[in-house]
Amino acid sequence: MKRNLLKILTLLAAFIAASCGPAWALVEININKGNVQPLPIAITDFVSGDAMGANISQVIAADLKRSGLFAPVDKKAFIEKISNPDQPPRFEDWRVINAQALVTGRVVKESDGRLRAEFRLWDTFAGQQMIGQQFFTQPENWRRVAHIIADAIYEKITGEQGYFDTRIVFVSESGPKTDRKRELAIMDQDGANVHALTNTNDIVLTPRFSPNSQEITYMSFEGGQPRVYLLQLETGQREVVGNFPGMTFAPRFSPDGQRVIMSLQEGGNSNIYTMDLRSRTTTRLTATQAIDTSPSYSPDGRRIVFESDRGGRQQLYVMNADGSGQTRISFGDGSYSTPVWSPRGDLIAFTKQSGGKFSIGVMKPDGSGERILTTSFHNEGPTWAPNGRVIMFFRQNAGAAGPQLYSIDLSGYNEQLVPTPSFASDPAWSPLLD
Amino acid sequence: MSQTMNPGMSRMQKLARNPVMIATFLALSLAGCASKKGLPDNASELGLGANGAAPGSSQDFTVNVGDRIFFDTDSSSIRADAQATLDRQAQWLAQYPQYPITIEGHADERGTREYNLALGARRAEATRQYLASRGVAANRMRTISYGKEKPVAVCDDISCWSQNRRAVTVLGGGVSQ
Repeated sequence: MKRNLLKILTLLAAFIAASCGPAWALVEININKGNVQPLPIAITDFVSGDAMGANISQVIAADLKRSGLFAPVDKKAFIEKISNPDQPPRFEDWRVINAQALVTGRVVKESDGRLRAEFRLWDTFAGQQMIGQQFFTQPENWRRVAHIIADAIYEKITGEQGYFDTRIVFVSESGPKTDRKRELAIMDQDGANVHALTNTNDIVLTPRFSPNSQEITYMSFEGGQPRVYLLQLETGQREVVGNFPGMTFAPRFSPDGQRVIMSLQEGGNSNIYTMDLRSRTTTRLTATQAIDTSPSYSPDGRRIVFESDRGGRQQLYVMNADGSGQTRISFGDGSYSTPVWSPRGDLIAFTKQSGGKFSIGVMKPDGSGERILTTSFHNEGPTWAPNGRVIMFFRQNAGAAGPQLYSIDLSGYNEQLVPTPSFASDPAWSPLLD
Repeated sequence: MSQTMNPGMSRMQKLARNPVMIATFLALSLAGCASKKGLPDNASELGLGANGAAPGSSQDFTVNVGDRIFFDTDSSSIRADAQATLDRQAQWLAQYPQYPITIEGHADERGTREYNLALGARRAEATRQYLASRGVAANRMRTISYGKEKPVAVCDDISCWSQNRRAVTVLGGGVSQ
């Protein structure tokens, strides 16, 4: 939204001299092992003339802690006070409190009004700097800088791309269930900076990001006609996607952003179509006397996973991008729905309904290796973090007045409530922001 | 019987082409006569039914005919009890041809959102086809699905879910409560 306001420069060169260590850092996390022991990390308040230094380190610590892979050390245990982050720390002071990694930094207000934030990540047992980076931004973007630093730390230590500098678009729900008010809303992945994107009495559902995070496609009942829309985040401009006789729903972008794939209801049936956003031509991909919906592209754009009840119950199917080769991939007990292809391409997340419960699970694109990550009265609608390691979904507990957002690691561990000011559903994770 | 045939002969001649309709019309008339016995004078003078609904009003339709039918889990089959309701709806709509209708399809909460939108559409369509088979003109009917987004009963057990799996016939294209 504020991308044009944001000017971030990464100046690696300034710190290369200090980060002369070889590539064999002692500090690393193998996140493919499942329930890993979180890595103790000391995140010091960035040196600054005001509260900004402490604020930034707090956001970094919260990001890393929520990932489940890091255990920020209590600041009260710190022995050394970092007053000059350009000096190497006294490593033994950090080793003795068992901080295996240490983050130091500084925030300075430049004369042009910009914020300069710099940080260093230290391996306390190897006694060396792992990375050092510097960023410039407008002061109102300080949280983004903190997320970018958290991503750099996560990446250096896990070897995986970070996911903290991202946003979530979702449906904010308020009021009684029989007369729900729904708004599209957007927030940072940690729940900060919530903004409403719509304010109408129309039912709005299933928002999803475009690949450049600048557009949302969603469904709205505006004017009593349930249809798929596009919303430009920067301008707030909205438009209907196509002019079809029936209801259009379940939209998602193609990975290249050129098409929207969605369902079109025709009488009692629903089939899957794409619409090219430039030429406005539509292409029909399925033609069954059934409900085919919830299509999601593979990251290379060559295949599509979707759900269909053509066999009697909702099951997952994969087809080629032109609609050919439709093959069922889910065969377990119960019904499967809302498939979403991982940004890494290796897995498909889904909702599974079985035995009166709703689960979030993953399987390989050929249907093998099904794993259930979490089960409750009602879990629904998985969405992937851009690194394919974390899944967000919404949960409605029995007897609860409304749904809330949760995240869970691909390993099935580290389930976390994602705080929202009101009830929330239909989360969609953005790609990493530019 | 002749005194119950208050409508003009031309109307009766039309109805005569459909024996089912005539029988039902007579039955409704007789029922109306019987129930009038216990009515207060003022309601009787106003020409209202037992429940105060003016014949031909939307309240009459909702209360005396029944504006909604219910479905089994994940099904869009019109059940026998639903057929009886839709038969009454078709007769009433034949009697009051000024109303266009909107058929709303709904699903319970025990499904996923997008599928339930499609399931609600399937239920609305099944209802529309049934009413069409009972003589309601296609150009009077539109359908809309609300999926699981507009429940009327909000407990977390089957007593509520079974009320939410419904198709509601709304007169004049409005929105049901």
